[in-house]
Parts: sequence; structure tokens; C-alpha cells
Amino acid sequence: MTVQKTETLAVQSDSDIVLVRQRVRAWAVEMQFSLVDQTKLVTAASELARNTVEHGHGGELRMEVVFNEVKKGLRLTFADRGPGIADLQMALKDGFSTGGGMGLGLSGSRRLVHDFDIRSTIGEGTSVTVTRWK
Amino acid sequence: MSVISDVLRNQEATILSEWIREMAAATRRADLMSDNDLRLQATELLRQITAATQNGGTDRIDGPEWKPVRELLTDISASRAAQGFSPSETATFVFSLKRSLIEALRKEIKDPAALFQEVWSSTVVLDKLGLYTTDAFIKSRDQLIARQQEEMLELSTPVVMLWDGIVALPLIGTLDSARTQVVMESLLQEIVRTNSRTAIIDITGVPTVDTLVAQHLLKTITAARLMGAECIISGIRPQIAQTIVHLGINLADITTKAKLSDAFALALQRAGRGVVRLNGDKRSAVKSPVTKED
Amino acid sequence: MERIPILRMADFLLVTIQVDMHDRLAMALQEDLTTKITENSSRGVLIDISSLEIVDSFIGRMLANIASMARVLDAQTVVVGMQPAVAITLVELGMSLPGVKTALNVELGMELLRESLAESLWEMGNDGPED
Repeated sequence: MTVQKTETLAVQSDSDIVLVRQRVRAWAVEMQFSLVDQTKLVTAASELARNTVEHGHGGELRMEVVFNEVKKGLRLTFADRGPGIADLQMALKDGFSTGGGMGLGLSGSRRLVHDFDIRSTIGEGTSVTVTRWK
Repeated sequence: MSVISDVLRNQEATILSEWIREMAAATRRADLMSDNDLRLQATELLRQITAATQNGGTDRIDGPEWKPVRELLTDISASRAAQGFSPSETATFVFSLKRSLIEALRKEIKDPAALFQEVWSSTVVLDKLGLYTTDAFIKSRDQLIARQQEEMLELSTPVVMLWDGIVALPLIGTLDSARTQVVMESLLQEIVRTNSRTAIIDITGVPTVDTLVAQHLLKTITAARLMGAECIISGIRPQIAQTIVHLGINLADITTKAKLSDAFALALQRAGRGVVRLNGDKRSAVKSPVTKED
Repeated sequence: MERIPILRMADFLLVTIQVDMHDRLAMALQEDLTTKITENSSRGVLIDISSLEIVDSFIGRMLANIASMARVLDAQTVVVGMQPAVAITLVELGMSLPGVKTALNVELGMELLRESLAESLWEMGNDGPED
């Protein structure tokens, strides 16, 4: 897989979530994703950005245009140095919430993208990588 | 490839004219491209190849030095395809440079071993570049097919307005996952555009439904509801009804009707409308759908 | 922080969300609406989201919360103008917005509000549905 373009954003606060939405939208538009695909990408980014702010105590987003032989995609990696997720299996279930509502954030965004990868270590942090292909 | 680079630079004019002569001998296709255009295309390509070798390009044409050449070849491939050249004709355009380049090498390199090395390198490079045009051709052909498929999709499933606030989507043919998604999106867009509170999805013309398609249908109906419109599914044939039950698909809170006409009657009812028999004078004007009654 | 304006139309409140809301703004809207419903004894709330290009789980929850709180205060909520792409994404996300009535546009939404207002009056045992 080759990476063509990269951009990194800080995801620390409430207003950063809005910025994330705007930047992901801009990239998705440039890559000529359909409107529905754009919406799915931006919504997933919004969910994951919020998780990063609220549960990860702030982190960053790396956006990349990736190539996979025949197709082109947008890859988003949200990483934080927060407390990490104790039970990944549970966290990925619909409706799971540790007060404050992580309810549909992870499980929902997983359904909005093609590739979903999550790594988390207690006390060290979490990293979620999602990709949507054209 | 620096030797090749020097040769290309020193003997550019000769290489170019020999190349063009070579092409005249092979498949020229003067019917598709004028001599002038051919000369221009060949000149540009030769210049780019020369520049690439000068910038340190090796026989690995996927390196950054060869990028301008790759881009040029993609353009050439596309424009030639549009003009009607076959992919092998375009590839031959590149391959036919071999002879004049090798001739030029022979004039400048005296040592047989060195000559063989450079001849081999240039053959490798030109082979790869020629094949690159073929790949580019296939890629753009695939893109064209995809675009045409999309257009056919849009044409084949129009959303029709049955009455003020009631639209219908008559689905015909086998539904696959991709087609169903496209069709459902256009239904939702039409619902918004026509402010229709009821949408009838008629599947009389659909021979089979699988789980994936049924899921898409259900998702569309849920999405329509979120937007403020209700859907009715009509035209469910006995076989499909069986499949739905077998697959365990739950149509619990979705209205279904066997016939499109029943669905239409229900939609009218929900809109507070009905169909009445006119007394006597059959020449009474039929009320247009856009008129607001009551 | 700017707040989203809430218009009053007789018994109803009308809100048009046109900006990409950050979470705090959404929370503020929730508070403001609850306050205004009480202040005006409003019977209905119409939320126009036709300009919203994104509705994520937070905003979805906000809408559902507004509907619940309004109901407790004896008011009906109708959300209008959801864009198709947003609806498709919400379904995929798994949000069903329980308790939230929806309509295609403001006009149909007002009609819906009036209908449900009439219904509840009828249920209260009045002489007949208002017209």
C-alpha cells in the first residue's frame, strides 16, 4: 500500500471535533467520494474524534490518501495517550457506554468504513485506524 | 543509464527521424493521426525519456524520475484510445523506438560488451514503457465501463410520481448489492425533491431477493422514515415471500401489499385522498395531481 | 459563545440549525429549548435540520433528548428536512432516534404538530378535534 498525501491535526477539544469534520470533508470532496460516502467518512471521524477527546484525553488525527493496487482510499488514524480501553470486545458492542456515552461511537463508526483496526493498551493509549475505499 | 542518456541527447534529431520512418513502415494508421501530430507526439515522448535518463532514471520505470514519462504515456494512451487506436498499436508506437535507439548506440559504443549492456538496458526500458501504455489503456477502459454502468443504472430505475406526494419505484431485474444501493439513494433523493410522504417500492419485476438486498431495502425504508416518509413494498411474489421467511427477515413494521394498485390505494388513503366515480358527464376534466383539493 | 436562535410561533417553537455545531453549542440548545418551552408553555417544537450535513451519535442523542424533555413538558417535537445522505448514515450508524417524529419539510412538520396537538386535546376529552 502506498501513501500519497498526509495531514495531521490535533484533536484536543470540542472545537477540534468540528475542525476534524471540516478537514475530512475537504479531503473526501477532493478525492471525489460520493455524497453518501463523504457523509459516512465525516460522521465516523466525528465519532472517533469525540472518543479521542473524551476518553483519550486528547490526541491527534493523521489523514492519508492511500493506494492499494487498484483502488484509492482515505485512511484516518486517531491516536491518543489516554487510559486505554479495558475491554475491547465490550467497547465494540452496540450500546456499550462507560457513562458519557461511548454508546455507538466505536461500533457505529466501524459500520461506516471498510477497514477498521483498533489497538489499545491500558495506561498507554489507544489507536484507531479506519479506511474507506473509493 | 547515463550512456543511453548521452546518446539520446547527442543524436536526438537522427533518432527521432529514424523512429518516425520506422513507424511509417509498420502500422502507420495515417487515417487516425496526421503526420504532424505523430511527429509532435514522438518528439515530446523522446524529450521526456531523455530527461528521465538524464535525471538518473534506471531501468526501473516506477521511479520518480520516470514520472513525467508515465504521465505522458497515460495521456497518449488515453488520447489514442479515443482516436480509435488499438492498445497494441499504441504499444508498438513505443516499441518502434528501439530500432533507431539501438542504431544510435551502435554508432557511439565501440566495445561489444558495453554495447550489449546498453542495448539490453534500452530494450528493457522500452518494453516496460510499451507495456505501461497497455496497462493505462485497460485502466481507462475499465473506468469507462464503470461510468457507463452507472449511467445505465440511473436510466433503468426511474422514480415515478404517481400523485401529489406519492412516488413509486418499479424495480426490474435482478438486484445486486451495488445496484440496490444506487437505486435506493436515488429514491430517497426523489422523496425529498417531490416532498413525497409515501414511496411505493414495487418488486413485481424482481425474480429473487437475497439477504443482502433485503437488508438494503430495509435500511432504505428506515432511512425514509427518518426523513419523514413512509414506504410500502408491493408486488411480492409467492417465491419471494417464501425466501423472506426462510431467510428470517423481519418485515414486522413494514407495510406490504401484493399489488401495486393496492399500495397506491393505501397511499391515497393515507394522504386523505380517494378515487371517485364521476356521475354522468364523462367529459368532466380529470383533476390534475398538482391541484390542492379540500 | 453564540447560541442557536429559537423563534416563537404561537404555540410552537421553531429552531433552524444551520451551523456545524460543536458539542457545547448542542448542549446549550438543549437547555435553551427546555427553558423556552416552559417559559412560553409551548406545545410543540419544530427543529429544521435541512442544512445539517452531518448528524453523528452526539447530535442524534441531542435530538432524542430534546424530544424526551419536551414530552415531559407536554410538548411534541418534530424534526424536519433530514438529508438523504444523513438518513442513510444514521441508519448505518445504528441510530433510530426513538420518540422523534419526522417530516420532510417545515410545512409538513407544522401540519404534523397541529395534528398531534389536536389528537392530544381529543384524548383529553374535549368536545371535538380542533380545526
